[in-house]
Amino acid sequence: MLVAVALFVFMTAPLAAILLRSLEDRDGAFVGLANFAQYFASPAFSRSAGNTLTFALLTTLLTVPLAFAFAFAIQRSCIGAKWLWRNIALVPILAPSLLAALSFIYLFGNQGILKDVLPWFGLTTIYGLPGMVLSMTFSAFPHAVMIMLASLSLSDARLYEAADSMATSEWRKFVTITLPGARYGMISAAMVVFTMAVSEFGVPKVIGANYSVLAIDIYKQVIGQQNFQIGAVVGLILLVPALVAFFVDHAVRVRQKALLTARSVPYVPRPSPVRDRLMLAFVMLMSAAMLVVIGMAVFGSFVRVWPYNLSFTFNHYTYGFEEAGVENAYRNSLTMAAWCAVVGASLTFAGAYWLEKTRGANLVRPLVRLQAMMPMAIPGLVLGIGYILFFNHPANPLNVLYGTMAILVLSTIIHFYSSSHLTAVTALKQLDNEFESVSASLKVPFYKTFWRVTVPVCLPSIIDISRYYFVNAMTTISAVVFLYSPKTMLAAISIVQLDEAGAIGSAAAMATLIVATSGVVTLLSFAVEGWLLRRTQGWRRAAPTR
Amino acid sequence: MTVDRPTRRLFAALAASAFAVSGAAVAQKTQLTVYTALETDQLKAYQEGFNKVHPDVEITWVRDSTGVITAKLLAEKANPRADVVMGVAATSMGVFDAEGMLLPYAPQGLSRIAAQYRDPKNPPAWVGMDVWGATICFNTVEAAKRGIPKPETWRDLTKPAYKGQVVMPHPASSGTGFFDVTAWLQIYGEAEGWKFMDGLHENIAQYMHSGSRPCASAANGEYVVGISFEYRANREKAQGKPIDLVFPKEGLGWDLEAAGIHRGTRQLAAAQKLMDWAVSDAAMALYAKNFAIVAVQSLSQPLPNVPADYASRLAKNDFAWAAKNRDKILAEWSKRYESKAAPK
Repeated sequence: MLVAVALFVFMTAPLAAILLRSLEDRDGAFVGLANFAQYFASPAFSRSAGNTLTFALLTTLLTVPLAFAFAFAIQRSCIGAKWLWRNIALVPILAPSLLAALSFIYLFGNQGILKDVLPWFGLTTIYGLPGMVLSMTFSAFPHAVMIMLASLSLSDARLYEAADSMATSEWRKFVTITLPGARYGMISAAMVVFTMAVSEFGVPKVIGANYSVLAIDIYKQVIGQQNFQIGAVVGLILLVPALVAFFVDHAVRVRQKALLTARSVPYVPRPSPVRDRLMLAFVMLMSAAMLVVIGMAVFGSFVRVWPYNLSFTFNHYTYGFEEAGVENAYRNSLTMAAWCAVVGASLTFAGAYWLEKTRGANLVRPLVRLQAMMPMAIPGLVLGIGYILFFNHPANPLNVLYGTMAILVLSTIIHFYSSSHLTAVTALKQLDNEFESVSASLKVPFYKTFWRVTVPVCLPSIIDISRYYFVNAMTTISAVVFLYSPKTMLAAISIVQLDEAGAIGSAAAMATLIVATSGVVTLLSFAVEGWLLRRTQGWRRAAPTR
Repeated sequence: MTVDRPTRRLFAALAASAFAVSGAAVAQKTQLTVYTALETDQLKAYQEGFNKVHPDVEITWVRDSTGVITAKLLAEKANPRADVVMGVAATSMGVFDAEGMLLPYAPQGLSRIAAQYRDPKNPPAWVGMDVWGATICFNTVEAAKRGIPKPETWRDLTKPAYKGQVVMPHPASSGTGFFDVTAWLQIYGEAEGWKFMDGLHENIAQYMHSGSRPCASAANGEYVVGISFEYRANREKAQGKPIDLVFPKEGLGWDLEAAGIHRGTRQLAAAQKLMDWAVSDAAMALYAKNFAIVAVQSLSQPLPNVPADYASRLAKNDFAWAAKNRDKILAEWSKRYESKAAPK
């Protein structure tokens, strides 16, 4: 129940604050839709809005087909080392999106090692839209791949058997069975990628040159000019496609369930030399591209004077840490990520438990469920603006939180709540509700069952959730860029500032540190998980497959 | 209970480390919030210098580029958070003073400050720290590759040879960009000045957010010419990057980095301590490492790569005019160059 209240205060209330503020003038008087009129009349904003749309659409159009093909190779072909490709595809999650932007400058900038490739694609420069779309695709790719992997794992082999018996061509099967089956996954993936691109702050800042987008305009308006009304208006406008996406996605999920019935037979791909070789080539190419992007930033962080003196140095690390005063930023990020991992996992799990395993409060329940899924649709940018409006309001008793570490932790937990919530719900659903019934009849208090049965059984999922929070807290910018104070500066934000000052080597060094930290934490969590599985989850192995 | 113990220990350790880090920040010191546009790599030395004299005052820097800090201070006027404004352009200080946002104060040793480097009123609303001025970073390696000649004047930059090879700071966000624009308007006169910028715009590859970035980009060979300022130019050259510093003949735009107390501060004593330090010999010695001219003229030190007659190369700059017309100039600039689509 506490979690329900928390969701309300830290998500719904800030969003409501946006709505209210958008209808007020600077002094708080009600002005109806005047702010909207002013906004739509401004040519600078409409240009940014158009640019943002173009950027997000192009990113979606590039990312989703690539992710589909990648997931198709893993789920529907017989290539080797699938675990390897799958893990490489997820590596970009460990990196802040800025890392990709920096790498693409190293690769295709005016001194980039591959800059001569650009004219092949009719480009004269990587700065602006091309670099933004490429960098964003890199960052969004793993999120889209995960959704497509899940979507392609569901399929009914009987459809393919029927097609085979009618001697249908491979291409026709692909078009009439595979694509329609993955349609819903593609819609979900497109929504996620689009939402990410719309609120992206770092990529346009670093590689966007003079291609103006809303995220940056709004940052200037809200932080620079304290013009909260315009912030609120844009926040609301951005919420419209996000909410449409959310409900479409929701409807899609319901229909996706109906796709598989109890009689479905899981599809198992059969070897097909031509397809498998093509797929392997594609997967290797994509994986190589991703590793090159990460590798280029790491390389850049160790090069003395790019591009003139490629000797090895640690200077960029010492410069950033000693001279530019960003050592606090790194420490703050670690602190925040640790808090997010601990508090986020506890909150999410408790919330999911309350929803899945308790009874009563039937009126509130669907509302809470909706609120738990909402953050997925809210661009981080909008969440950040909502937090400023809500928590910076002098009349709000919670305004002591403003400018503290706590508000960063809370906004980040909310920002990444939905996926974590889904993981927790899935884990809890594996547990039979009989446990609760039995303990109730034995008069064992629910918290004992919770602590002795539920938590231990779900421990692997809880660790997954912690890791998810930790990694995302290390790399996120879009919401926290509106909320940090000089004392709670974060590592990912310091990359933007280092880059602004032209210290691209140090920016790359900070990005490398974030990747390394997230990577180490991920490996550690895998190790802990493996150890726990062996020690406490013996029942999983013993359990017969149903 | 065998299960949760290791987990609990893990979480406890995580939580403990988190507490330790956040707890350390809370100390019993006077907290002073200082808004600044100084470069991040200058802040640390200045802060250490100040804390050597006043260890009991802890400075929290709110740093951004001149344009953003100026807009932020103006926007927060009714409910200010800044105690002191330090290292912000004198033209911006003029704007704040006109809005009644600065609390005049005569720091100890004020008489040593040259008359042209402080607010003429007594006591002054702001005092200057040092002069920072326009410098072109010219990448010799890339220029040789492309056969681009070294520019000697601002007008040179409008020649077709430089097309797509010039980067400069955005005047609305960067103080360096703003004094470039005001200097051109004062050197050539308004009509000619805008005409010159129309020509320059044809050659500009990017307008950048900060005054440092154009020099860094030129130094990294991304572009041949970066319009920047001498501190960053010297830093980049010292790192071994192939740039020459060019000081165009028509005259250099410049401004003062200045300091003043924000009216309404609740930390007046600490704010005055910082102001006293900001004009002290120790502070001037630190500024002199970064800039060729400091506000106490006798303490100026020659800088490598900066010519000895640097002071006489500075263009005439009417701060009062620039401060008064700041909004108008930026609006005109934005109308002319920003509404165009991003240069290819």
